[in-house]
Amino acid sequence: MTTILDPTDERVPVARQITPRTGDISGVIGLLDISKPRGNILLDELERLLAARYPDVETRRYAKPTFAKPCPTDLRLRIKSECSVLVEALAD
Amino acid sequence: MNATSLAFSLRDMTGEARTFPTGRPSLICFVKEDCNTCNLAAPVLEAFHRVWGDLADVWMLGQSADGNAILKDRHGLTLPILDDSALRTSLAWGFDIVPAVYWIGADGASRAPLEGFVRQEWEALAQQIAEELKAPGAPLAWADLPDWRPGCGSKHLDPDIHERLLAEAQGSPIRARRIEIASADDIDEFMFDQGFSDGLPVVPPTPERVLRMLSGTTRDPQDIVAVVPPNMAPATVEKIAINAVMAGCRPEYLPVVIAAVEAVCTDEFNMHGVTATTMGASPVLVVSGPIRHRIGMNMKLAALGNGNRANATIGRALRLVVRNLGGARPGGVDRSTLSSPMKFTMCFAEWEEGSPWDPLHVERGFQRDDSVVTAFAMTSGPVQIVDQESRKPDQIAGTLGLGLEGVFLSKIHHMPVDALLVVCPEHVRTLMSEGEYSKARLRERIQAVTSRPLREMVSNDISGAGISLASAAKMTEAQLAAPAPKFANDKFIHIVVAGSDAGKFSAAFHGWVTGAAGSAVVSRKIDC
Repeated sequence: MTTILDPTDERVPVARQITPRTGDISGVIGLLDISKPRGNILLDELERLLAARYPDVETRRYAKPTFAKPCPTDLRLRIKSECSVLVEALAD
Repeated sequence: MNATSLAFSLRDMTGEARTFPTGRPSLICFVKEDCNTCNLAAPVLEAFHRVWGDLADVWMLGQSADGNAILKDRHGLTLPILDDSALRTSLAWGFDIVPAVYWIGADGASRAPLEGFVRQEWEALAQQIAEELKAPGAPLAWADLPDWRPGCGSKHLDPDIHERLLAEAQGSPIRARRIEIASADDIDEFMFDQGFSDGLPVVPPTPERVLRMLSGTTRDPQDIVAVVPPNMAPATVEKIAINAVMAGCRPEYLPVVIAAVEAVCTDEFNMHGVTATTMGASPVLVVSGPIRHRIGMNMKLAALGNGNRANATIGRALRLVVRNLGGARPGGVDRSTLSSPMKFTMCFAEWEEGSPWDPLHVERGFQRDDSVVTAFAMTSGPVQIVDQESRKPDQIAGTLGLGLEGVFLSKIHHMPVDALLVVCPEHVRTLMSEGEYSKARLRERIQAVTSRPLREMVSNDISGAGISLASAAKMTEAQLAAPAPKFANDKFIHIVVAGSDAGKFSAAFHGWVTGAAGSAVVSRKIDC
């Protein structure tokens, strides 16, 4: 992790880099629960649908310790090494 | 967690200061008014206060003063409601979610807080408190309360203010937003993606580097140096330092960058117009005075080019300030048709010791010992003026005049437009070969050799530019025959000396629209 200081007038939020979308569903799909209430219910349903439609796809479940903080580096690196795609469930 | 390390003194709604630790067992709960779960918790806390208030301090700490008043009225609260709208206590206690409730027993120890509302946890806590206080339980219909409700993010974690609070708590001079770049990401690519760069790599402005940069000035990091067009963004010393780090400056250059920002952000210089013009104007900085030597600026061989860190990075830092703070980006407010490499950087120092004349800053009213930066809005340059043959002073002066005739278009004369003439040492020596040759005389000579009958400016088949045929038709023969020098006034010709000892090559920078409608030359003393 490197921290830099914003050189702008800070009117615009810092844009996140978006990983290029893969365009298909294959390999290992990570399902990340950010630990907001009921995120697990959404992911349960998504996992069920994925299993029904893409039987060859493997899903793995992950959870952030708290939604209030960024994903810990260890967890992020683990997800990166284990998954080809990640779905993150955000909401209450 | 030790209660004494969490000490605070906050005012309640009557204005009375309440100090923690209180010497009694305490229940401290952080809330914010616009959180539904906090509103659920408020009557529960009130019940706690009513039953245990004689034995323990039950305090609610609200994160906004207005919100506290609303909570009090809405729930008929009588427990002390403390004002933590400054959020310093919230930060120090370090929870994430409100409501965050802490029980500090008689031993002064605090457990991890309960965050949000989980009925079972709150009920267990109430039971524990009653036991510890040897008091009756709180008369609450627990079964009527929901099983759980998620809380809300605490206000002190709001990204807009969290870093500032943290910096204040740590006594850091840094207030700028921190951007965290994951170790798996490429920091250089990230900064390009954010649009922080002029197209070349920038040095990552880490807090450590910015702190080192700030050591280059005695000014307060939060001093506002200028308001930067076109976005009219306030430029603090800190923000300038961040951009100076990115440009590659050393801390000792910072005072020059600050003065340059001051100079271009004046109404006279008109950085908005300089940015926006399709002509592609850019500041050209000339540094004068003792600081040139102190920071190792180049004023001799290759003075106008690459290879010297101070020259290159001071000019670039100014450009990055205008880009990142002012928002001046090509395709945005910057509408340059072709633009110019000067928009990356253009800064040099005058070789005052090699000049027979008063240096630029003295000519402009400063003391010789002052260090000064002067900003010119220029559209072209440096344009070489080549003369290896002239041996007489008037010949060289004539050459310099002819070299300046190309400003905008050689055909156009009587122009109220600035030009910056950089005379090389060999040309200076030829000028002085027969005695003193003043700047005034050089300016007169430039005007004399470029004087052409106005007739030559009239639109014709070679070039439609100049005086229109309709306007020319209204002029008398005498008017058309009147000689017009290149510049509308001698004052538009600015002269400095720079360059290596060898080579008969001077150069000129060509201006933009000069004066109130465009840009005027602005000098600022460097605070060093």
